[in-house]
Amino acid sequence: MKYILMMNTMRAGQGVPQWARKDLQAHIAFMMGLNKELRQSGELLSAEGLSFPDQAKLVQAGKDGAPFMDGVFPESKEFLAGYWIVDVDSPERAYAIAAKASAAPGPGGAPLNMPIEVRPIMSGPPPEML
Amino acid sequence: MTKPWDETSEHLLRELAPQVLGAVARRFRDFSSAEDAVQEAMMAAFTQWPQEGVPENPRGWLIQVASRRMTDLVRSEIARRQRETTVARDVEIMEPPADIESDMDPDDTLILLFMCCHPALTSSSAIAMTLRAVGGLTTTEIANAFLVPEATMAQRISRAKQSIKTSGVPFRLPSAHERAERLPAVLHVLYLIFNEGYASSIGAHLQRLDLAREAIRLTRCAKALLPGDAEVAGLLALMLLTDARRAARTGPDEELIPLNKQDRTLWDRAEISEGIEQLTTALSKGSVGLYQLQAAVAAVHDEAARTEDTDWPQILALYDLLKRVSPGPMVTLNHAIAAAMVHGPSKGLELLKTLDADDRLAGHYRLDAVRAHLLEMVGDCESAIKHYRIAASRTTSIPEQNYLMTQAARLTEG
Repeated sequence: MKYILMMNTMRAGQGVPQWARKDLQAHIAFMMGLNKELRQSGELLSAEGLSFPDQAKLVQAGKDGAPFMDGVFPESKEFLAGYWIVDVDSPERAYAIAAKASAAPGPGGAPLNMPIEVRPIMSGPPPEML
Repeated sequence: MTKPWDETSEHLLRELAPQVLGAVARRFRDFSSAEDAVQEAMMAAFTQWPQEGVPENPRGWLIQVASRRMTDLVRSEIARRQRETTVARDVEIMEPPADIESDMDPDDTLILLFMCCHPALTSSSAIAMTLRAVGGLTTTEIANAFLVPEATMAQRISRAKQSIKTSGVPFRLPSAHERAERLPAVLHVLYLIFNEGYASSIGAHLQRLDLAREAIRLTRCAKALLPGDAEVAGLLALMLLTDARRAARTGPDEELIPLNKQDRTLWDRAEISEGIEQLTTALSKGSVGLYQLQAAVAAVHDEAARTEDTDWPQILALYDLLKRVSPGPMVTLNHAIAAAMVHGPSKGLELLKTLDADDRLAGHYRLDAVRAHLLEMVGDCESAIKHYRIAASRTTSIPEQNYLMTQAARLTEG
């Protein structure tokens, strides 16, 4: 079964760019290690980090369907920082991976315990059989 | 002398794959590398045979190519060790002896099947291993079938081989006792392959490898190797009797069509006859099991020319038996449907109540879907709409979700 694990991060002030170099390196190494582990277990389908929200645009269809862009990304408490898509044998395994990612080291090496939103991907078979 | 490549050649190639793997793995005593070598030989055959023709001795050809690859692997391994330690004098290069072809065992395919469905593996790993080592499929084909990147599937296979290696399982047939103990796991893997294929033969996924057909082929093969086992035959019957409805189960817009609304003239009569034949033989062996009973239910449906001709009392009796042979919440759920069809929807709804407290089914969309259907039958539209919607929000299948939302919308609009 496939799950998406979405990592939401606080928007202002707590951003990764403000961290000390040592903390940054530890965080990056942790994330790379996690991805490597998931790749080796044959569970990782994709993992992407997203650009900072100042690169984001809100797009709507304008007249004639042409893209109409709002230059300013709205203030919000959290933004999607990145996601993993995994194919695992049980929901418990997806939760375990999320918990691991959640505990990624932050400033001073303390676990961040970020909230990771775990949602099943609509890929399940309609079980017509038993 | 070669023969021209035709549609039977691919089938032949896939059937030879486990036999060749058996011979090479036994000779070189390294299952994991042998499996890689055979995969390479298979790919070479898929490239060369369609152009140059099928060799007169296709098995010998594959063994030659795979053995050559093994020898290369052994040589480079020796070179690596010499570089590292320079104490590789007693490692001999194993050239494939000329008699390797006679080194085959008719049980090789069976040995591989038990090996790939080893309890040390997760079901997704066992499925991938079985399709590759026993089914002779390429990693690319398997990855496409499961809609995962090829690198992910390759990694899953290599991990699975590592687990097999660590578990120390020897390359030989398990004892009769062990076989009996592990056969349910083997059948379950084949069943999962079929279910994946059957469920995904919808819409955008049509280009995928036909896993349902592949499962039927592998189960046929297992049945030939275990002719005395009634459950293998029962599983084959179940697959055939279910697959027979394939053409009728989706509409022109690829929407799901439930059993009671299907155009039964589209059902595959030949597959149904074969399924019933397999089931009859299986049942005559006298050890009734889970798959035979499910196949029997499928057969009752398949034998009804119209929905209203369905012999529900017989289906109910079969679910009574299933509840004893293989109790579980899904069986109870299906039993409740059958009871509703025989004794009326209120009876079915009453039976569903026993499932509300069952943790294994808590929050499962099927319970709400069935309840919605029965509530509609008793005429409680409002509650039916509510449960169709709950079911729609809980399923992880898009075709199923579309179906359930449409049911709710149909009732809302009256």
